[in-house]
This record gives sequence, structure tokens and C-alpha cells, in this order.
Amino acid sequence: MKNSIGVELPENLMNQYHYQPFITTKLDYSEISRVAPVVRINTNQSKVVDSLIDLIKENVKDGMTISFHHHLREGDQIFNYVMQVIINLGIKDLTLAPSSLTNVMNEMVIKAIKAGTITNITSSGMRGTLGKAVSRGLLKNPVIFRSHGGRARAIATGKIKIDVAFLGVPNSDEMGNANGMSGKAVFGSMGYALIDARYANRVVLLTDNLVDYPNTPASINQTQVDYVVKVDQVGDPTKIGSGATRFTKDPKELKIAQMINEVIVSSPYFKEGFSFQTGSGGAALAVTRYLRQAMLKRKIKSSFALGGITNSTIELLNEGLVNKIMDVQDFDQIAATSMRDNKNQQEIDASWYADPFNKGAMVTKLDVVILSALQVDTSFNVNVLSGSDGIIRGAIGGHQDAATAKLTIISAPLTRGRIATIVPKMTSISTPGASVDVVVTEYGIAINPQRQDLISYISKIPGIPLYSINELAQKAVDIVGEAQLPEYFNRPVGLVEYRDGTLIDVINQVKI
Amino acid sequence: MEIKKTVIAGTLESSDIQITLSPATGDNLEIELESDVLNQFGNQIKKVITETLQKFQITKVHVKAIDQGALDCVIRARTITAVQRALGQTEPAWEEL
Repeated sequence: MKNSIGVELPENLMNQYHYQPFITTKLDYSEISRVAPVVRINTNQSKVVDSLIDLIKENVKDGMTISFHHHLREGDQIFNYVMQVIINLGIKDLTLAPSSLTNVMNEMVIKAIKAGTITNITSSGMRGTLGKAVSRGLLKNPVIFRSHGGRARAIATGKIKIDVAFLGVPNSDEMGNANGMSGKAVFGSMGYALIDARYANRVVLLTDNLVDYPNTPASINQTQVDYVVKVDQVGDPTKIGSGATRFTKDPKELKIAQMINEVIVSSPYFKEGFSFQTGSGGAALAVTRYLRQAMLKRKIKSSFALGGITNSTIELLNEGLVNKIMDVQDFDQIAATSMRDNKNQQEIDASWYADPFNKGAMVTKLDVVILSALQVDTSFNVNVLSGSDGIIRGAIGGHQDAATAKLTIISAPLTRGRIATIVPKMTSISTPGASVDVVVTEYGIAINPQRQDLISYISKIPGIPLYSINELAQKAVDIVGEAQLPEYFNRPVGLVEYRDGTLIDVINQVKI
Repeated sequence: MEIKKTVIAGTLESSDIQITLSPATGDNLEIELESDVLNQFGNQIKKVITETLQKFQITKVHVKAIDQGALDCVIRARTITAVQRALGQTEPAWEEL
């Protein structure tokens, strides 16, 4: 069976996991049903418990699904703490369903897989030693990769049924009213964790900062929480995010950023009230600075900025150039703490942000988005999951979701060292080319032929070399030479879902 | 021809390659390659080094190459420099460039 991108999908796998092949990026008006969590009635005067071990003994059983959030990123100290207890208790056959996995969790996940504690994983992505181990076949069952919007959809529709969610928070009161905005391990918006709090059967908050009751503003509130556990430290603040995200000085990235800016301001979308998402990549961040100049010059204001927020977005908000920030996660301390003081910086959950199966996600109102890529193929499909050696080293994040914007720009250097970015064939597909409009490299840009309207605008910009995507791929080969493609065993280690839950690609075990 | 002393050319900076030539232990060209892109370009890197050595009629040498994603032109240049150092040539070998 083939999907509409031409990927051969093994029949037995499709049946085993009840998958339909990916067909289209368009959504229809069909009806879906959401599931509801099991609620254990609680009239305790306090939910604070002393023993995490007793709590886990009582609530986590063989075969269950447990979840975590990744808002603490490389500073996370909750995941390893909780998983070690679970491994020690000899619990087996768990499904791990975090919003994503960061490097700091890698060794513990590998340990838990080897111990038989974890036998299934669904995540936005994985990197480093874990990505390598999984790509080489460490886990028996394939990892299911979902975008942030796709995860919200899968949880709401019951594809992921979370039994126990362990959520680290920088503050909470004794009943479980909590937010991400103050405390030592402040991370700002807890957009991804809010889904777990709403749909998990049991919700456990772990905090190093018990505050007076009632704690407001409450992003997670006491109606959702079963337990509050006091820990020594939720996260290392220096590794959660930098103080302020710095602008790149890399001339290659600056050149790409300048060209992206030209593309945006020359497009019909750059007008009063436009909306945008930039993410945290080097070039994408620099675009914000160029956009600011263009907005001041043309006296244009943006209605909202979406997605992962950095201090450069906050500056635009404070300057009045952006009316609202719709904030699902914050990448630095300035963005994280600003949410507490600015009512125009609205915390949104992953469903509001990007869930394809709700009554309207923010991404459907998004005009312009700048996204990154590990690889782009000559059909404009994008890979953000696996390297040119076939090893998993990335995450879908909001890529598939935000790519549905009206103008989707992929920012990608033509080559990284000796590795070509624009290639005839990628090692895996994350985002379909049908939702990608422009690819910008330091050598020039390529426009998806399905967007003839954009070609007419952009071809008029002086100084921007316009190529076909095939010409860019050829240029890359001319520089770096022909790379050997990885060899695979016929054994799936990763299933890549499109945001609507159809199957877009299968990642096989590499032979290295 | 064989290489009788140990010489180094190149650095460990990204996009460079460090070539160390030393006397061979056997009777052939021996290439020991470390590279971040070994899986993608390992064969190509070895091919460029071998071809460059052949141009100097070097048949017996141990090559240690630590590659940081160098392009073919860089690999060739570093190999030529290493060979010339080993042979004590100070003038550029124009016909090889």
C-alpha cells in the first residue's frame, strides 16, 4: 500500500496499528469524539504526599501508559527521578508518552528499555544516544512520532490513553493549582502539559516550590490533580533555557534571514494584522529583527505571533508591533517570565495551538511561518527527524502543524559541512511538500510550483536568485559530491504520523 | 616510492582534514580514516587520498586521516602538502594542483 507521497507502507503494519495511509493536508468537516478521563473523587484537604514510591506502587501497573512534558528541556530533573523509582519497583511493559524527549533523559530511557520497563514509546522526537540506539533496533516495537498538534489529537481521541501523568511545575499549592511562570524552574507557558492534565486518569504534580493556597493564576487547577509531590529540585534553571536567546552572527544564517525577510515583505500576506511564527532556529530568529525594521518602515502591525516564543518576540510585543503572543512554550527566561506580567501574552495549550481535530486551532489562522529542516527533497517534502545517515536525531515539534500556514517558508542551508540539505531522496519524511511553499538557502530560493501566485511576486525581488528545487539539489551535489545512502534492515523502528493520524512514513533500522 | 618519515598537514577545524603520513607497516597504502561523515563519504575520501598519493607514485605509506567534513578539493590539497613535506619538496607541485 502506498500513501499519496509514494511511500510504500507495509500492509501488516497498517493493520496491526489500524493506520490509514496519508492522503492530503486538507481537513474536512467530519465529526470525531473526544474521550474523557477516569476521575477519582477527592475531598482531601491537601494532596501533598511524602512518598513518591508509595504513590507509584499504588498507581503505576504493568502495561500502563505514563507521560511527562518537556518544558524543562535540558534542565529537566523530574523524568530521571521518577523513571528510576519506576525501574527500581520492577514495573514492566510501560508505554512512554511524553510531549518530547530531551538529551538529559536519554540514558534513563535506554536503561528503562533494557530493563523491560518501557516497551513502547510515542514522542515528538528523540536525539543523541537514544536516537542512535532506537535507530539500531534497541526497542522491539516502533516508536510512534507525532507532531505537537498530532499528540493533542491522539490524546483527545483516545489513541493515547494516559494512565498517569508526572508533571514537573515550578510552583503549586497543596491542592494542585500551578503555573509555569514563577519559581526557580520557571519555564513560562506549559502548553504541552495542559493536555496531559486534562486527559490523564491520574495527574501527579512534582514541585520544589509549595506556595500558599490558592495559587493563581492556575494554568493547571486542582480539579485535575490527584497528587502533589515535593521534590528538591524540579530543574536546573541554567539549562531550561538561556537568559535571552541571542541573535546569530553566522553570515550564512544572516544571508538566509535577509532573503526570508524579502520573501515575506514582498508577499501579499505582509499587511496590517498579519500573523507569524518563527521558532528558535538561528536564521528564523534573525528574521524577527529584519521584520521589525520592515514593520516600522511600512507602518504595519502584526495581530499575533504564535508558537515557541523568545525574547525577540517579546520585544516586538513591548514595542507595540505585535498585538498578542499566543504562547505554547517559551525558549528563554525573558519570554518565560514576561507571561506573568503581560496580559497580551496568552498561554495556549497544544490543542488550541495545533490540534487538527478541534473546532479551530491557531495554526489555521496563521499567515506566515518559518520552519527549519534536516533535509528537503525535490518534491518539497521536509525531514526533521532523521539525519543523512538514517539515524533519528530530531523532533517533528509543531512542524507539520504550522506548515499549514498560508505562507510556509523552510529555512535551510544548502549544505551543512559536507552534508547536503536539499536532496533527491531523504532518509524519512516528516512534513508533506503540499504544505511547503518556499525553500530559502544561502544560494537562493525555490518556490513550490503549485504556488504560481508566489512566483510572480517573488521573481520581481531584485537580488534574490530563484531556482527550481532540482537546480538547488544539483548545486548541493556539485559542492559536496554524491553521498552514499544508508542501508536498512527490513524492520520498522519508527512510524511517522501526519497530524491527522494517517501514516506518512516508516523509519527502518539502520545497518550501521 | 615509500614515505620514510612522519609528517602532518591540515587541522581539526570543521570542513578540514588532518592527514598524517608515516612509514607503512606492510607493503601497501594503508588508510586509517576517522570521519563524521564516514557512512556517507568514507569511500569517496579514501578514493581521493589514494588517487592523490598515486600521482606522486607513493605506493608504501600509512595514512591517518581525521576528517571534519572536508570537501574533495581540501582533501586533495592536504594530501599533496603532506606528501611534499614528507619528500622535502618546497616548490609547489604545479602539475598535481
